[in-house]
Amino acid sequence: MSGGGTRDGSLEQLKREGRIVVVGASLAGLRAAETMRDKGFTGSLTMIGDEPHEPYDRPPLSKQVLLGNAAADHTALPRRRAIDADWRLGVPATGLDMAARRVRLGNGDEVEYDRLLIATGVRARPWPNPEEGELAGVFVLRTRDDGEGLQRALAARPRRVLVIGAGFTGSEIASACRERGLKVTVAERGSAPLVGALGAVIGEVAAEMHREHEVDLRTGVMVTALEGDPAGRVRAAHLSDGSTVEADVVVVSLGAQRNTEWLAGSGLGAGPRGIACDAGCRAFDVRGIVTDDIYVAGDVARSPHALFGYQFLSLEHWGNAVAQAETAAHNMLSESTDRRPHLWVPAFWSSQFGVNIKSVGVPPMGTEIIVTQGSLAERRFAAVYGYQGRVIAAVTFDNCRWLPFYEQQIEGTAPFPPPFTTVDRRPEGNKPVPADFPDPSVPTHGPTITLSGYSPADRKMTFTPGH
Amino acid sequence: MTQALLREIIDYANRANPYPLYEELRRTPVSHEGNGPYVVSTYHEIQSLLHDPRISSDSRNLKATGDDPLGQSADDEGTALPPSFLKLDPPDHDRLRRMTNRPFGPPHSPRRVHDMRGELHGLVDGLIDGIATSGDLDRVDLVDQFAYPFPVTVICRLLGVPHEDEPRFHVWAETLAASLDPDPDADPAQRGKGTMDARMELGMYLAGLIEERRKNPGDDMLSQLATADGPDGAMTTMEALSTSALLLIAGHETTVNLITNGMLTLLRHPDVLKRLREDPGLAIPIVEELLRYEPPVQLLPQRTTLCDIEVAGVAIPKGASLWLMLASGNRDPKRFENPDRFDPDRKDIQHLGLGSGIHSCFGAPLARQEAQLALSELARRLVNPRLLQDPPQYRQNAVLRGPRHLPIACDGVLPKAG
Repeated sequence: MSGGGTRDGSLEQLKREGRIVVVGASLAGLRAAETMRDKGFTGSLTMIGDEPHEPYDRPPLSKQVLLGNAAADHTALPRRRAIDADWRLGVPATGLDMAARRVRLGNGDEVEYDRLLIATGVRARPWPNPEEGELAGVFVLRTRDDGEGLQRALAARPRRVLVIGAGFTGSEIASACRERGLKVTVAERGSAPLVGALGAVIGEVAAEMHREHEVDLRTGVMVTALEGDPAGRVRAAHLSDGSTVEADVVVVSLGAQRNTEWLAGSGLGAGPRGIACDAGCRAFDVRGIVTDDIYVAGDVARSPHALFGYQFLSLEHWGNAVAQAETAAHNMLSESTDRRPHLWVPAFWSSQFGVNIKSVGVPPMGTEIIVTQGSLAERRFAAVYGYQGRVIAAVTFDNCRWLPFYEQQIEGTAPFPPPFTTVDRRPEGNKPVPADFPDPSVPTHGPTITLSGYSPADRKMTFTPGH
Repeated sequence: MTQALLREIIDYANRANPYPLYEELRRTPVSHEGNGPYVVSTYHEIQSLLHDPRISSDSRNLKATGDDPLGQSADDEGTALPPSFLKLDPPDHDRLRRMTNRPFGPPHSPRRVHDMRGELHGLVDGLIDGIATSGDLDRVDLVDQFAYPFPVTVICRLLGVPHEDEPRFHVWAETLAASLDPDPDADPAQRGKGTMDARMELGMYLAGLIEERRKNPGDDMLSQLATADGPDGAMTTMEALSTSALLLIAGHETTVNLITNGMLTLLRHPDVLKRLREDPGLAIPIVEELLRYEPPVQLLPQRTTLCDIEVAGVAIPKGASLWLMLASGNRDPKRFENPDRFDPDRKDIQHLGLGSGIHSCFGAPLARQEAQLALSELARRLVNPRLLQDPPQYRQNAVLRGPRHLPIACDGVLPKAG
C-alpha cells in the first residue's frame, strides 16, 4: 500500500482494509479512533495504551475525585460510538521502525501499520531526587491511579499537605485540600500561583484566593529536599529560604514531561518538547521532512499555529486534544487536497477555590493586560492580553459567558488595547499594564493571519503581510 | 423595504406563519432603515452579539427609541418597580441573578427543579383528569384547560404563594399577561386601568408576602429572596419585588407558548406524536427541537450598543436599538440543515430558543421539565387527538408568540399512570 492517498484507489483500499494503529489510549486516541470509524474506515484498528484502564477523563481527577465526590474508576470517557478495536492495554509501546512500519511493544510483540497515530500524551514530572520521590506519602497527579492514591491519602486526614508547584493542577489540589478542611502549604518558585500561565497581575489575584482560603502560600521559594522517617514515610520538606515544612502528604506538581522516549532512535522528529508535526498533524522526521503515514495528536504534538506567528505550540488542553484528534483522523483518511489544518484557538479552564477560570489564546505571549470587565478585587472579571498592538489572549474569572467574544477578537487579530467600551468597565480597565510574565517568550515579528468562519470546514484565513 | 418587512412581521395577519418573512429578512443579516432598529436575523451574528460585551440590555443606554414598530417592549415597563435583572447589565445583573439563583439551581440548590417533578406530575395529572371530566371531548381548548393553568400554578408553588391565594393570583397574572397581548379592539384606557390595578394589587400582595416571609421564612423561593444573606448581601424589598414579578411573568408566559406550540407541532406531525406516545423519553429531544423550530420568544427587542460596532459589514452606531431575531436565526440554513423541517432526531441542535450569554433563560431547567412532562403526558393520555382549527387563533403578541386558543377533539382520555 502506498503512503499517500492517490487517485489510483489506494485511499479507498486503505479505508476498506488498511491497518491503523493508535498509540495512546486516552482522550485524543479514543476520539481519533471514533472519527476514523465515522469516516467509514472498516480496516483493522489497534489501540495501544500503557495503562491497564480503558480511556478515562482527567479533569475530574484533580477536582471531584480529590474531594471524594467521584470515584477515580468512574471517570471513563463516554463513547461516541463503537470503534471495534483490538485493545492492547497495559502494554507500553517501546519502539518504532519507520521503514518496516512497525510498532514494538513492551511484551515483545510487534504491530504493523499502514497509518500510525501517536497520542502518547504527557506524564507528571517526577520529583528530581528519585530516592526522596519514593518516600511513602509523596504523590504526583496525572493518572487515574495517582488520583485514587492521593484521594485515599487525603481521606486519611493528614496533619498537613505540602503541594510543590502552584500551577493549575497544584492550585486545584490545594483548593480540594482546603475544601476537605485539611491544612495545606503551597510552595511556588515564582512570585505567585499561576504566574507562568497567566502572568503576575492575575497571579496576584490567585495568591489572594489562596490566602483567603487559609492556604499557607510560600512564593519565591524552592523545595530543596524531602525528608523521610525511619519507616520510609515523608515527614518534612526543606525550603530554599531555610525553613522546614512538616507534612505527611507531599504532592509534586511541577508540570509534565512528554512521552517521547520510546521514539528515540526511530528517526522521527521527537524530543523532550514533543513530536513536531505540520498544521495537518503529519509528523516530521529528524531531517524536518514531513512523513505521510505518521500522525500526531494531543498533548504530545507540537504544531505550528497560524495565529501565533507559526510558532510550534504544544498545548496540554482537553479541547485541543479532541479537536486535533479529529483533524488527524480526518487527514489520515483523506486525499491531500481534502486535508484540513488544525487551527484550534487554545482554550483552557480550571476550577479552584469556588472560582471558574477560563482562558483563550496564548496568555504567555502577551506583554500587556487590561481588565475589560469587572474587577480584579472582586475576582469576577474578563481581562485581555496584548502583544504588539493586537489581542492575543483573554482570561475570565467567574465570567466565562463573554469568552466567545474575546475568542473572536483573537481570531480576528483585533487591536490592543481594545478601542471600545464594554458593560461593567471599571476605572481599572482604562489603561493596560504590563502582564508581567516571569520569562516572556518573544516570538519573532511576523505577518498576521486572521481566522474566520464558523466550522473547521469553512474556516478561512486572511493573510496580511508584515510591515 | 426593511421597515415594510418589519411591519409585516408585527402585523397580526402573519402571526400564524412568520417564517417566510424571516427567510426574506435573512437575505440581509443586519437590516436597517431610517430611524428603525437594526434587525439581526442570521444565526452566527445573533450568537456573537449575545456574547458581545459592547451590547447592553439596559434601556437607559438607548439614545433614542426612534421609529420602533413595537413601541414599548412587553415587560414590567411602566411600573414603579426598578428594572429586573433581565433589563440590567453587569455588575447589577450578575448580583441579582446570582442571588436569585441561590435558591433555584446549582451549586447551592442543585435539586430544586428536580425535586418538583412529583408535584409537576400531580398537576399535569389533575389538569388532564379535568379535561376527561369536562364532559366535552369534542371541543377541548388546550390553552385554557391545560397550557395556561399549569405553569401559573407551578410558579405559585415555586414562589410559595399560599394555596388559598392561588385563584386571586391567577386573575392578576392573567390580566398582566393580557396586557402583553394587546387586543386592538379593546378600549385602551379601560385596559390600561385594569392593568395598572392588577399590577398594584399584585405588587401589594407580593410585598405583603415578602414582609411575612421575612418574619416566618419557609423553604420557598420568596422566603429565600426575602431573607437572602449570602456573599452578595440582601435584596432590598424593591429588588425582591421586581425579581419575583419577573419570575412570575417570564416564568409562565413562555412556558404556555412552549407547550401550546409543542402540541400544535405534534398534531401536525402525527408520526412524531405516535413515537412520543410509545417512548416518553423522546420528549427531551422533541422539546429541544421545538425550542429551535417554534421558540416561544421570537425576538429580543431590547438591546442597544454601548459604542459604534460593525456587524456583518454594517456599521451600527452607539445607542442604536438592536432586535435579535432568535426565531429567524433558528431557521438559518447556514447553520442548520433543512431548517424548516421539524426533526426531533436532529443531532446538531445548538438553538437560540433560550437565548445565550449572560441573559440566557434563567428558568430553562424548569421550563424544559414542564414542557417535557406536559407533552409526554398529553401524548400518552389523549386518545386520537386532532386539531379542530389549523392554524389556530394566535395571540396578538409578536414577541411572545403562540396560539391564544388551541381547540382539539379527542376520542377519550386514558387514566393516569400508577
